[in-house]
Amino acid sequence: MIKEAPRENRAARYLVSGPPLLFLVVFFVAPTLIMILTSFRFPGEFGGLAPIAAPAEKISGEYGFTPEAYQFFFSDVLYAKIFLKSFGVALATTLICLIMAYPLALLIARSEKRFRNLMVLLVVLPFASNFLIRIYAWMIILGPESAFSHFVNAILGAFGLAPVTLLFSPFAVLVGMVYVHLPFMILPLYTNLEKHDASLLDAAQDLGATAWQRFWRVTWPLSLPGVFSGSALVFIPVLGMFAVPDILGGTGDILIGNLIKDQFLGTRDWPFGSALSIMLTLAVLSVAGLATWFARSATGQRA
Amino acid sequence: MSLLEIRNVTRRFGDYTAVDNVSISVETGEFFTLLGPSGCGKTTLLRMIAGFDLPDSGQILLDGKDMVGTPPEKRPVHTVFQTYALFPHMTVADNIAFPLKMAGKTPQDIKNRVGEALDSVRLPEFGNRFPHELSGGQKQRVAFARGLVNRPRLLLLDEPLGALDAKLREEMQIELINLQKEVGVTFVFVTHAQNEALALSHRIAVMNHGNVEQIDEPSKIYGFPRNRFVADFIGKISMMNAQVVEATPSHLKLNVGELGEVITAGREGIKAGDDGMMAIRPEQVRISHPSEEPRLKNHFVGKVHDFLYIGDVTTYIVELSNGAYIEALLPNSSPGRATFFEVGDEVGVSWRHDAGIFLND
Repeated sequence: MIKEAPRENRAARYLVSGPPLLFLVVFFVAPTLIMILTSFRFPGEFGGLAPIAAPAEKISGEYGFTPEAYQFFFSDVLYAKIFLKSFGVALATTLICLIMAYPLALLIARSEKRFRNLMVLLVVLPFASNFLIRIYAWMIILGPESAFSHFVNAILGAFGLAPVTLLFSPFAVLVGMVYVHLPFMILPLYTNLEKHDASLLDAAQDLGATAWQRFWRVTWPLSLPGVFSGSALVFIPVLGMFAVPDILGGTGDILIGNLIKDQFLGTRDWPFGSALSIMLTLAVLSVAGLATWFARSATGQRA
Repeated sequence: MSLLEIRNVTRRFGDYTAVDNVSISVETGEFFTLLGPSGCGKTTLLRMIAGFDLPDSGQILLDGKDMVGTPPEKRPVHTVFQTYALFPHMTVADNIAFPLKMAGKTPQDIKNRVGEALDSVRLPEFGNRFPHELSGGQKQRVAFARGLVNRPRLLLLDEPLGALDAKLREEMQIELINLQKEVGVTFVFVTHAQNEALALSHRIAVMNHGNVEQIDEPSKIYGFPRNRFVADFIGKISMMNAQVVEATPSHLKLNVGELGEVITAGREGIKAGDDGMMAIRPEQVRISHPSEEPRLKNHFVGKVHDFLYIGDVTTYIVELSNGAYIEALLPNSSPGRATFFEVGDEVGVSWRHDAGIFLND
C-alpha cells in the first residue's frame, strides 16, 4: 500500500523517532536488564548487593550469581497467595471501574457537543490535586468518626447487624483503587463511544431492535476496543500500586506492590525485590497477551 | 384502502415549518418518490413514516392503522439509509440476518432467507465479507438486501444512490426497479435528483418548503407541471411573461410581451385575461435556418446567443426579438459536425401549438 519512502524521508523519520527511542533504551531497557541481573545476585549484608567477583580480602558472605531469590519465591505459598490476591483486587477494580465508567462515558458521548469537553474536564479535574492528599481524604471519609461511617453503621444497625470498621479493610483498598483509576477507564471509553455513528443505532431500531438489543448488538461490540484499552489502563497500574493499600488497607491487605516496596525500603533484600518485580512483569505480560488474543477473536478480523 | 396514508401532517421545529399540512396516499406495490430540493421537508416526512419523528398534527396511517403510538422498531417499515448504515462489526450475512434475528426467526429460516437475499442482489459469494471490504455499489446492494429480507410492508429509501458515481448510479437504478418488481414491496423513495425520480417512480410528489406542489406520474410531472416551481425544478424550461387572450378547452391563445401571439395547450381553470408564464421545454423547440418556410404556428426569429455542446445534443440559447431567451435542443445527428449554428447566427425557432404550457402561479 504505502510506497517505499525516499531516502531523505527515511533519515528524517529516524531523526524524529531517535530521541524517544534513546529515552526508552536508557530508562526502560537498561533498568530492566539491571533488574534481571540483580535478581540473580546475593543481597549485601547491610542492604544493597553482594559483590559479583570474590572480594580481595577474605570476609564472610556470599558472592557471584544465584537463583536463590526465585527458589525463595516458589518455596513459600504465601507469595503465590499475595500474587493471586493482587490479581483478584486488580480484576475487581477493573470490573467495578468498567461498570461505573460505561454509563458515564455513554452519557458524555451522547450529550450535546458543547457540554462534552466540560464533562471530560470534570472527569480529569481530580488529577489537579495531589494523589496522596486525595487518598488521605478517603481516610477521613472512611474513618470511624466520619458521617459516612455513622450512616453505614446506622443502616446496618437498623437491620440488626453489628457495626463495621470501614477503614483499614479490603473494602477501603477497593474503594481507593476504584477512585484513583476510574478516569483511566472513562477516557478511553468516551473516546471510543464518541466516534460511534448514530445512524447505526437508527438502522438497528428501524430493523426491529429494542433499546437493549441496540446496546447489546451494536454499541457494546463496537465499544470493545475502548473497553480493552480502559481495562488495561486500570488493571496494570492496580497490580503494582502500593500507596493505596499502605494508607487505606489493614495489615492483612498487603499486595505485590507493597511486598516489592518492602524488599527495597524495609528488609533491604534487593535481589528478592527484583525477582518479585520480574515475576510481576511476566504475569502482566501474559495477561496482556491473553487479553490481546481475546480482543482479536472477540472483535473479529477487522483492521 | 391505501397502504400508506398521510393525512394533513404538519411538523414544526421552533418557528420553522418543515412539513406543512401534507396529505399523500401510497398504494400497495407502488414505487413512490418524494422529490424536492434540500430543506423541502422530504426527509422529515420520511423520518415520520419510519417513526423517528412524530407529526405535530395530522395522522400517518399504515394499513388503516394510526402509527402514532408505534415506535420505529415495531413498525413494519424498514429504511435504507443514505450512508447505508451497515454494521461494521458484522459480516454481510450477519448484517442481512439482523432484522430476521430481531423478528425471532429460527436459525434455519434465517440461513435460507439470507442466502436468497444475497442471491437477489447478486452477491452470493459475499456473505463472509465485512462491510469495509466492499465497494460502494456492493455496500448499497447489501443495504437493499438488509432492508428487504424481512419483507416489510414499506421500504423507505433516503437518497440511497446519492453517494455513487454517475455510471454506477444508472446501473443501480435499473437494479432497483427490477428488485422492486421482484419482491413486490412498496417503496417510498426520497431524492433531490429529478432524473432519478423520473426514471424510477410510478408516481412522484414534488415538495417545496414543506408543501406538496404536485403528485403525478413522471410524464405528467414533466409534461404538465402544475406551477412554476415544478416546471423549473424538473428538467429545463424556458419561460416568458404572457397574458391569456383566448381560452378554450383545447388550446390557449397567449400574448407574449412584444413577441406576439403564441398558441399553447389548453388548461382547466384558465380564462381570458389571466396573467402568467408561457413555458416551453428545450427539446420541443425546433431550431431552423431563417430562410426555411415556417411550418408550425408558433414561429419566431432570433439570434444565437450561446450554445453548449454536450455530446449527444447541443443546447442553443436563442435571443428573441423581444430580448427574451429561449433554449432549443438539437440532436448531433452527424458525428463530423458538432455545430450547425454559430453565435450570432440568425435562426428561426418554432414549436407545436400543443407543446407550450401556460402557468399562472
